[in-house]
Order: sequence, then structure tokens, then C-alpha cells
Amino acid sequence: MSTHTLSVLVENKPGVLAHVAALFSRRAFNISSLSVGPTSDARVSRMTIVVDGASTPVDQVHKQLEKLVRVLKVEELAEDDAVERELALIKVRVDPARRAELLDVAAAYRANVVDLGPHTLVLEVVCAPGKLDSLLAQLEPHGTCELVRTGQIAIGRGGGTITDDMSDLGQEAVCA
Amino acid sequence: MQVTGAQALVRSLECQGVDVVFGLPGGAILPAYDPLRSSSLRHVLVRHEQGAGHAAEGYAWATGRVGVCIATSGPGATNLVTALADAYMDSVPIVAITGQVPTAMIGTDAFQESDITGITAPVTKHNELVTEAERIPAAIAEAFHIASTGRPGPVLVDLPKDLLQAQFTWSWPPVMDLPGYRVPGPPDPERIAAAARLLHQARRPVLYVGGGVIKSDSHEPLYALAELARSPVVTTLMARGAFPDSHPLALGMPGMHGMYAAVTALQEADLVVALGARFDDRVTGRLADFAPRAKVVHFDIDPAEIGKNRAADVAVIGDLRVALAGFAEAMRELVASEGPTDTADWVELTAGWRRSFPLRYTQEADGPLKPQHVVERLSALTGGDAVVVAGVGQHQMHAAQHYAFTRPRSWINSGGLGTMGFAVPAAMGAQIGRPGELVVAIDGDGCFQMTAQELATCAIEGLPIKVLIFNNGFLGMVRQWQELFYDERYSEVHLGTAIPDYTKLAEAYGCVGLRCDDAGDVDAVLEKALAVTGVPTVVDFRTHDAEGVFPMVPAGRANDDIVLGPEFTAAEQQAAARREVTSR
Repeated sequence: MSTHTLSVLVENKPGVLAHVAALFSRRAFNISSLSVGPTSDARVSRMTIVVDGASTPVDQVHKQLEKLVRVLKVEELAEDDAVERELALIKVRVDPARRAELLDVAAAYRANVVDLGPHTLVLEVVCAPGKLDSLLAQLEPHGTCELVRTGQIAIGRGGGTITDDMSDLGQEAVCA
Repeated sequence: MQVTGAQALVRSLECQGVDVVFGLPGGAILPAYDPLRSSSLRHVLVRHEQGAGHAAEGYAWATGRVGVCIATSGPGATNLVTALADAYMDSVPIVAITGQVPTAMIGTDAFQESDITGITAPVTKHNELVTEAERIPAAIAEAFHIASTGRPGPVLVDLPKDLLQAQFTWSWPPVMDLPGYRVPGPPDPERIAAAARLLHQARRPVLYVGGGVIKSDSHEPLYALAELARSPVVTTLMARGAFPDSHPLALGMPGMHGMYAAVTALQEADLVVALGARFDDRVTGRLADFAPRAKVVHFDIDPAEIGKNRAADVAVIGDLRVALAGFAEAMRELVASEGPTDTADWVELTAGWRRSFPLRYTQEADGPLKPQHVVERLSALTGGDAVVVAGVGQHQMHAAQHYAFTRPRSWINSGGLGTMGFAVPAAMGAQIGRPGELVVAIDGDGCFQMTAQELATCAIEGLPIKVLIFNNGFLGMVRQWQELFYDERYSEVHLGTAIPDYTKLAEAYGCVGLRCDDAGDVDAVLEKALAVTGVPTVVDFRTHDAEGVFPMVPAGRANDDIVLGPEFTAAEQQAAARREVTSR
């Protein structure tokens, strides 16, 4: 695995995503996934960016992101020092003869059935990215007809937080 | 006091200390042009927005202050893009102000609408579409702060028309809201000490001086450092003038068309000290073969430049002016405590290379006029004291090679982006920034025709710039590559020398037009041009069309493969490859 996970705090302002996207395009950085969402501070959004280290110099991604004026903080999360999760919704074809088998697979991955149709069902699963790939491989013979993934999010393990050494848009703002 | 957004914009520029803006009005920016009439700001009405952008760059290069350009929405804004990209590549501090369609119409494909913040995101240090009129003063203050601090660069502020017309209460100074903007703090003294130890121990050091030395005004500590370390100095295309070419430690320009001594000194160095330089491909040649035996010390204000192209053994991040002063001081202490550096053999060897393999060309008395000869005569007649501005191509390289630079901010060109058409508008901006000085644009005929319309602006503004067109009737650098790498199969490079008639064109624009096609007349024509006051002068130098730029490291090759050119014998080329000194 040569993927690297970057947690990026950005100002919640128009055009920020465009600046980040323009940077990746301009520098020919390859990213595996990007997810964005609000934080507990309305002024701040958090991006989780997964970079393919084989094709892209992660150190450059880190430094170039830090140069963007609207980027507040960039932190690389080490794989064994972070919780990494991804949510997926998977629509699978159901063959009545293999229904029990399919549900067994879902149960093994703690995937929930969130929609049930006459010929399909929708599974919801939250897991580490590698595990999700393995679930998808298991489902493939049944017939996966549609898949949507949020992209990976991640948070550091232990007591430290991403805002620990931030001053102005600081502690109480982000960690309220 | 109640002001309109437009008044706030103009006042903000005044409060920033701006004295001149380059622009061209249009629909969306119209409100801003009304308060401009009664402002202390000088507005220079260009003939094309690209000219406004390059003029702002020329002003910034020449003065060190932020250059300002203004354009309307849509095509006005997109015409600035080349200049913004140019300023981004060369770290030139400019602020571009663009009108935008009214807020409610953004996204509707309104007349003259363009997503200029989206378009320019990859070529600006920062940009912002302002969404509240009250933010205009802060947006302008932030733009100047970002453009001029840290690694300088272009910033664009996009102002919707309704915001320019809205009313609000004026206050200054505004509170800047830039929680994510970081300027590196003071350089680490321990790293500076480590750099000084490496330089003190080095036997074959080279100071590789980039544009950062000029931008940070740190040429004086550079002189001190070079002399304390007794180290040869190379100045890149972006740094010509940072170190006087007449200095015994100066080896001139490195790179694809660099001097043999500068290129080879880097190849043979045991220590390369990069000062505000970025290991550009035009300097390194094939990166894997660049300075193969050298340790690297890298000073830069931009942390992302460290290790981007070449790993650094010691990196010092921060303001070069502070860092270089500290570096020179640390060297002074080392020399005092441990004795002088042991570089005498190296200095002698590199100086020997400079003597043995100089820039060489032949100007025959009755032969075709050589561009190098014109540059050398200009250099002699101006004592190396002119502000020289160039476009991009052969003329640019000949100017960078043959003009004997004596001081910083006397050389202005488009280095990173390689923007043809840069010279005339940049010279306009430089002349406005340095009104009492001699500003000479050296331009190619291809370049000149891209932005010649700004001669009208220069004439109306009474700017006495000199434009020396090296008119060889070709896109000369492309022609040279076709000659060398496409077996002389010339494709779409012939422009012809006759159309347009540059002297008539100059006169039509209210300039003095002169022509010179004889080497014997060069001095007289130059003296005539230099004597003109109050209006621009254009000189049509009919230069030799087959003259190439040498030395040359072919693109993608190692710097060891430097070709001295047709003026050198095969024996000399072989001696150069063996690093021999052939001239005492």
C-alpha cells in the first residue's frame, strides 16, 4: 500500500474546493479520494484526501496545500495511528436461490440491508477501505449493479487532535 | 462616511500607497472608473489588457513594489491571464482587479461573464470573488499583503458590478482575515551555521544565485558571502544583475544557453549553494546528471521548493535578506576562527574556463549585422547602467549573455513562462516605475508584433523607452531548433523582414523610428536613439537570420553535453569536454 491520508482543515468559504482541485490539476497530483464536510466550527471544513504515493510526491502535496491561502492546517495521518473509514451503499442483484448466502456475506461484514426490492437489495456498510474492497469482491458474483462510496475519512487515534497547535482559528473554535 | 464600493476600491488603492494603475475600462468595471477621475492615482490607459498585466509586472520588477492592473469582466479579465501566469511563474508581485457581472447574474452566462477566479486559480498565488461590498477594503488590503509577502506572486480580486455600486460606511485600515496564510518566520540559525560549515569546508563551491536574491534585495550580503567564501558565483536568467558580471568571482549565467564556465562549474562542484533559485529544468538540464558530485545547500522562502527537484543536504527556509546576512556573518566568524577557505585552485580553474571558452561570435565589418554586437555596443554605450527588458527567444538570450550587468533590478524578462510579447509593455511599466532612468527593450520581431500596440500608450504617456527590434525575419529560436533538431526543415518560422515596416509603424504610433543594417552604423544609431527624449524610439536592427544562440545544452540532455557552437573548433570543443584550460 502506498496510499497516504491527509487531513486538511480549510476555511469554509466559496471557491476553496476549486483552489484545491486546481492545485491537484496544475501539479499533476493523483488522488484516490477526496471527501469534504463541515466541522463543529461553521467557519471550517475538513477534507480528507487520499493520495497515491507511487505516482505523486506526498511531501509536495502537503507543502503545496499549505501554501493555499484558505488552507488552515494539513496533517498526514499514519495508517496505524489513525482510524480510517468509508461508507458505501451497494445495490446487489438478489437471486432467490442464493439469498441466504448473500445475507451471510453482508452479516460477516456488518453490512445493513437498508432497502429491499423484488430483485435487488441495498447494503449499507461502514468499514476500513481495505475491508470494503474485500466485501465488494465477495458481492461481485451475486451481481453488483450500483455502487456509491463516500471516499475515505480518517481521524488520529489517541488524545491528540488536529487543532492542538492551532492558535487563531483555534481550540474552542474547532473542538467546541 | 458613506462610500460606494467603487469609491472604496479607489480609496483602498490610495491607502495602499499605489501611485499608478494600468487598465482599460468596460461595462462591469465602469463604476470604478468614475471615482478614479478625482483620485490621486495615475491611470495608464493601455490598448490591450495583456499590456496592462505585463506593465504591472515591469513596474514591480523595476521597483520592488506591487504592480496593479485593472480590467473589466469577461474578455477583459481573460486577457490578463497570460500576464498572471507569467507573474506566477516568476514570482512577481502584482494585484489584478477585475469587474464581474452583478452578483445576481453570476452563473447565468450573462454578457461578458467569465469565471475568472476559476480560470486563474492555477496561475495566481491567490484570488477571490468578493461577495459583500463591505469586504472590498479588506480584500484589497489582503491582496497586497499576499502579493508582496513570502514568495511574491499575483493576486486577483474579482468585483461584481453591484458591489461597486453598493453603499456602506468607509473605514481603514480594515481587519485582514487570513488565518491560513503563513509567511515563514526567521531562518533557523543552526541550519545557517550548518550551511556555513559546508561552505567553509568546500573545495569547489558554487553560489547558484536565483531571482530570490533580487526580489529580497539581498545582493549586498551576497557580495559579502561570495568574497568571504571566495566562491565563484553564477546568476540565473532571473538573477542577472544580482552580482556584477565584472567581478572576478562572476562566472555569468548557467543553463541551456549559459556560459561554459558557469555550466561546467556547477557540474564539477562539490557544493552547490542555491540562493532563491528553484533548480529549473532550463538550469539543470537532465536533472539526474546535474551537479552529480555536489552536496546541496538550499535557501528559499518557499518550503515547497526544498526537495522539489533536487534534494537538499541543508535547507534554510525564510527571508533571504535575513538568511544571507546571517550566512555571511557565520562565514565571517568561521574564516576568523578557522582561517580562509581553500578554494584558490578552484577559483583559478573556473576563471581559466571563463577565459578559454568565452561567448564568441564574429562581426565582420561588411558582413551581416550580429545581434550580439548590438547588445555589446549597447552595454558599452550605457556602461551597463540601463534597465534592460527582453521578450522571449534568441534576442533574450543574447541580451542576457552579452549585456554586462552591474546592478540588481536592471534586467527584466519573462523567465519561467517564456511569454513572447512581454518586452514592450513591461518596459512601459518599468519606465513609469523608474522615470529618470534609461529603459531599453530588446525585442525580437516575432515578440514585438504580439504587443506592439502599447507603443501608442507609451507615446501618449511621453515615455522615452527605447525598443531595439532584432529583426531577423524569423521566429529565431524555433528556427534554431528546426535547424539543429529537424535537419533544417523550417516550418512556419519565416516572418519576413519587410512587413511591417517598423520605422513607419513607429512613426504611425508617434514614436521615432530608426533603422540599422550595418555593423558600422550601430553606435551612431544607438546614440541617436539614446538621445531622444519625450517619446519612444523604435530601432529596426536588421540582424543576421542564421545566427544561433550558443553555447547550448540540447533539451533533455545532461549539462555535460554542452555545445560551444560553430565559433569553436572541434579541438576546442574536445578540450572543453575534458575541462581543460587552454587560455592563460
